[in-house]
Amino acid sequence: MGKALAAIIGPGNIGTDLLAKLQRSDSIEVGYMVGVVESDGLQRARDAGIEASSGGLDWLMRQPELPSIVFDATSAKAHKAAAPALEAAGIVAIDLTPAAVGPLVSPPVNFREHVGAMNINMISCGAQATVPIVHAVSSVVPVAYAEIVASVASKSAGPGTRANIDEFTHTTSRAVRELGGTPRGKAIIVLNPVEPPMMMRDTIFCAIPEGADEDAITHAVVDRVAEVQEYVPGYTLRQEPQFDPPREMWGGNGRVSVFIEVQGAGDYLPTYAGNLDIMTAAAARVGELVATERLVTA
Amino acid sequence: MTAATTGTAGTTRPVRLTDTTLRDGSHAMQHQFTEAQVRDTVRALDGAGVEVIEVSHGDGIGGSSFNYGFSKVEDITLVRAAAEEADQAKIAILLVPGIGTMDDLRNAREAGASVARIATHCTEADVSIQHFGLARSLDMETVGFLMMSHRTTPEDLARQGRIMVDAGCQCVYAVDSAGALVLGEAEARITALVAEVGREAQVGFHGHQNLSLGVANSVLAFQSGARQIDGSLCALGAGAGNSPTEVLAATFNHLGVETGVDVGGVLDAAEEVVRPYLPRWPKADRTAIVQGWAGVYSSFLIHAEHAAERYGVPAHEILQRAGEAGYVGGQEDMLIDLALQLKQEREKEGHLSWS
Repeated sequence: MGKALAAIIGPGNIGTDLLAKLQRSDSIEVGYMVGVVESDGLQRARDAGIEASSGGLDWLMRQPELPSIVFDATSAKAHKAAAPALEAAGIVAIDLTPAAVGPLVSPPVNFREHVGAMNINMISCGAQATVPIVHAVSSVVPVAYAEIVASVASKSAGPGTRANIDEFTHTTSRAVRELGGTPRGKAIIVLNPVEPPMMMRDTIFCAIPEGADEDAITHAVVDRVAEVQEYVPGYTLRQEPQFDPPREMWGGNGRVSVFIEVQGAGDYLPTYAGNLDIMTAAAARVGELVATERLVTA
Repeated sequence: MTAATTGTAGTTRPVRLTDTTLRDGSHAMQHQFTEAQVRDTVRALDGAGVEVIEVSHGDGIGGSSFNYGFSKVEDITLVRAAAEEADQAKIAILLVPGIGTMDDLRNAREAGASVARIATHCTEADVSIQHFGLARSLDMETVGFLMMSHRTTPEDLARQGRIMVDAGCQCVYAVDSAGALVLGEAEARITALVAEVGREAQVGFHGHQNLSLGVANSVLAFQSGARQIDGSLCALGAGAGNSPTEVLAATFNHLGVETGVDVGGVLDAAEEVVRPYLPRWPKADRTAIVQGWAGVYSSFLIHAEHAAERYGVPAHEILQRAGEAGYVGGQEDMLIDLALQLKQEREKEGHLSWS
């Protein structure tokens, strides 16, 4: 089976970690790493044998062999600017920025619906870690409301996240609703500076009806965790899902609570940065699915 | 005594007391304040000359949730009711970026809040920059709330205060969320903040009573240059409660420091308005003392008690673990995980409920 040719734009920590993951791929070959200024990240890519340039998108589009997939790990603004040119050239864009030009995708939840999309958005780290669980619960019982709490190590929260933390809240809560399958969703993010840095933690609370089948919910959650583990090996349940009986204060609903830890693979980013790892791992997963289902013929 | 700060916004008095009964007290009320309780409390505080009254869910506007507890009445409704009752007092709201959003801030402004208090963990001030910008553009007075300030050095706290002031913050608070600062430790943080931002902004202090030092720390904070001090009637607040507003008023009055607050008025407010609705009088019991001693976010108290009851393990042990793990404000979900861990360890040791 051949490999799909890909490029990564944005040679920062995320781009470098993504490169490490894709270098192990059976279906993707990264041909280019692109930045807009000379940087350590470009040099790291060259050291890994990748053609790297600080000439930006213009340089990439002048290459004799264009990639069929571009992973964008720059910024929302840069991605919005790049997206039309990529689409015009017939290149599939996998967007790790908050730009959300294309549909929001979580691989085990809705990749199938967007297998033909020319631009796929990876939402946010908190969404990648939690939306699969909300979706698993809502596949068993109606979920009137879901809430997620993402705790990340301060060192793993980059300047983009810090400068616009509301963007995380809005994008993630939108994904909890639209992909998770609930009319109301809330997202909370907490940065913790403790040393040594804490692993990413995510708690998912879902309101569930009285008399919900707890065993069925637990099975759905456990199965879903196993699916995510296929591409994020460090994604684990900290505890069995916890069930609380209905309360008046919860609109007569009961509650299931799911506690997740995300340990990164430590490819380029440190293992505590599970929040960044799950983004690069999910993007790599989507890239491989696009490559095998659309681009590469056996 | 060092020179007081000279920031132009904020207060012109030596000290302004900000009452947070209706915000920090929301933790102790498990976020079940009624509109009538809010109206009665605001009328009493306003009549006693308290100039700033904070009204929000305990975890800030937008805090109503599974994780922190759902509000009985939407906090924006309570802010609107408070603004209707206040004649001279300004209504403040708390916003914790990551929990509440700029939309919540706009709604609070529209409901009549005129002071925006933006809170971050003491080392994470840069997540508040957008929110200060918005608050100023909405013509609100601004306060920056550096929570858990025992968790960093005075020098670093001052650097974080600088980030907030550069973003539009008009008064930086050292917030002793865990009630863990002991005297000189509070003083050193205020001194460092005054030295860094005192020419452009005021400095404030928010104390808790977990080690019974809220009022003493507040006096030291004033003597180190703080101009804004927080309290709650009957100490109603997280953990062992806040520095009681009525004790602060009496103490500053005794020291001859003008706060504009009528001591008799706030004593009446505490005794006649708040005391009847107190679910329990906040005090330094074993669980709360452990919070001050281990440096644990005060709002974890009731959540730890609930997890303790649900899983049959002691609340103070959960909190001790939370301190060791270095959990920060907002990580209430971790208390359930800690309770489960304790339960599992006990079961392994055969340490069952009859022992």
